[in-house]
Amino acid sequence: MTSVTDVSPARPALRLTRAVQGLERLVVPALLIAGWEAFARSGMLPPALLPAPSAVLHALGDWVFGFDETTQTYSGHWPRDALASALRVFGGFALASALGILAGVAIGWSRLFEKTLEPTLQMLRPIPPVSWIPLAIIWFGIADKPAIFLVFLGAFFPVLMNSIHGVKTVDHNLVRAGAMMGANGRQMLTDIVLPAALPSIFAGLRIAVGSAWMLTVTAEMVAVKSGLGYVLWDSYYFLRYDIVLAAMISIGLLGYLSDLSLKAIMARTLRWQQATTVQGRAG
Amino acid sequence: MGAIELRNIVKVFSDKRRGRDLLTLDNINLDIEANDFVCLLGPSGCGKSTLLNIIAGFEQATSGRTLVDGKQVERPGSDRGVVFQQPTLMPWLTAIDNIAFHLKLKGVARAERYDRAMEFIDLVGLRGFEHHHPSEMSGGMNQRVGIARALLMNPSVILMDEPFAALDAQTKLEMQEELVAIWQKRRCTIVFVTHSVDEALVLGNKIVVMTKRPGRIREAVNFDLPRPRDITSPEFNDAKRHILSLIREESTRLAQAS
Repeated sequence: MTSVTDVSPARPALRLTRAVQGLERLVVPALLIAGWEAFARSGMLPPALLPAPSAVLHALGDWVFGFDETTQTYSGHWPRDALASALRVFGGFALASALGILAGVAIGWSRLFEKTLEPTLQMLRPIPPVSWIPLAIIWFGIADKPAIFLVFLGAFFPVLMNSIHGVKTVDHNLVRAGAMMGANGRQMLTDIVLPAALPSIFAGLRIAVGSAWMLTVTAEMVAVKSGLGYVLWDSYYFLRYDIVLAAMISIGLLGYLSDLSLKAIMARTLRWQQATTVQGRAG
Repeated sequence: MGAIELRNIVKVFSDKRRGRDLLTLDNINLDIEANDFVCLLGPSGCGKSTLLNIIAGFEQATSGRTLVDGKQVERPGSDRGVVFQQPTLMPWLTAIDNIAFHLKLKGVARAERYDRAMEFIDLVGLRGFEHHHPSEMSGGMNQRVGIARALLMNPSVILMDEPFAALDAQTKLEMQEELVAIWQKRRCTIVFVTHSVDEALVLGNKIVVMTKRPGRIREAVNFDLPRPRDITSPEFNDAKRHILSLIREESTRLAQAS
């Protein structure tokens, strides 16, 4: 039995319910962090091996703002480290996106490219990007280039696969409609096929940006002497697990932010898609 | 303008997976005069859509000749506007951009495109919705955009493949009336595919009854009942009785054959 008041509660009550619902999400993380803090402080493990969340936050704060040099040489160097990683991610991702979309659309649209280009790319695809590290170091040395190369390898294939899929699954009646309205070959590609494939291409880009961060950090651990991944690995050698954890948090946050900005661009570009929701039509 | 001649059209689909050929259209001969409103009437699978696609240039006949205004049809083109069964609009474009898409392809400037498209927005009664995306409009409204899009190209022939099949009964009636009004005003040839006897009789002045598999023309009936047509009038019912008897004969023939 539902009464009328159940269906439309008064405004203050609604606000309270929302606030409580917001708090619900925080319960599990808060309990985990509190438990971790308590366990770390209990002394069952040496603080060096399991730093308390407060210690990690302290290290992160000093790394970012450099207030008491608890992170020694890294104190205040976070912006530089984060920028170094972000630029590698951006460089490799941009390159992979440009070439991935170009090759993907070509393969999806043209039989010739499908026959000539696709088999080679599909053979390279199963090779894990990290297994290229030795070659990357031999070819490019220890610097930005091997990292960007690895990021490119990790980000290229998701973009490629989704672009091919996007172009191949374009509704062929849209192509017919375009032909009926007099589109030539180039217009068919730029005005019909490409916009129709965009949702799928964006899905590829979002997977790719995740791979890009993963491979940047991997490359920095092995083949580069700067960036968040380098700090993480270097701190591990010096048994500074508080900095290791601070680096992990930094990478997680930056990866999350990159995805968020990509999502924002996608929402703007694909505004036409948003009108339909599960709840029905908007507007 | 807009005369269509179909000469000995044969269409065979080869079904490679099953290793056999399917004769879909068997020697179709049909003359459609300019400014005719022709309804291709037949059951599902009789090849009426295939015939329409051949006139549109989407498909090639296995043999035979298709001429529009004396010219052989080889590919799709803006002289033949097509209204699809589903609206088939570009989902990323607003109503007005969909209607003006042909002009965009021709490189016409935006201001002029919108100016010319507004005339057709008004014609199909969509003023106020010109900046809506297809996902924000109903099926009937989207189909109106599809019709406006075809009309804007000022084609000599408009080909319609069951465009109202997915609409509810009331919207369908409204759209049928509007289509007749548009046809009377603009004077172009319409070829309209349908499986509904009533729809064919409300719309067409020539009704081409097709037979099922392989598709042949059973009879082309001229139907000049004045408009607006009264669907309860004796003349309407006489024509309906005649067409239904053609269809019934056909199903008896099929039943005996099998």
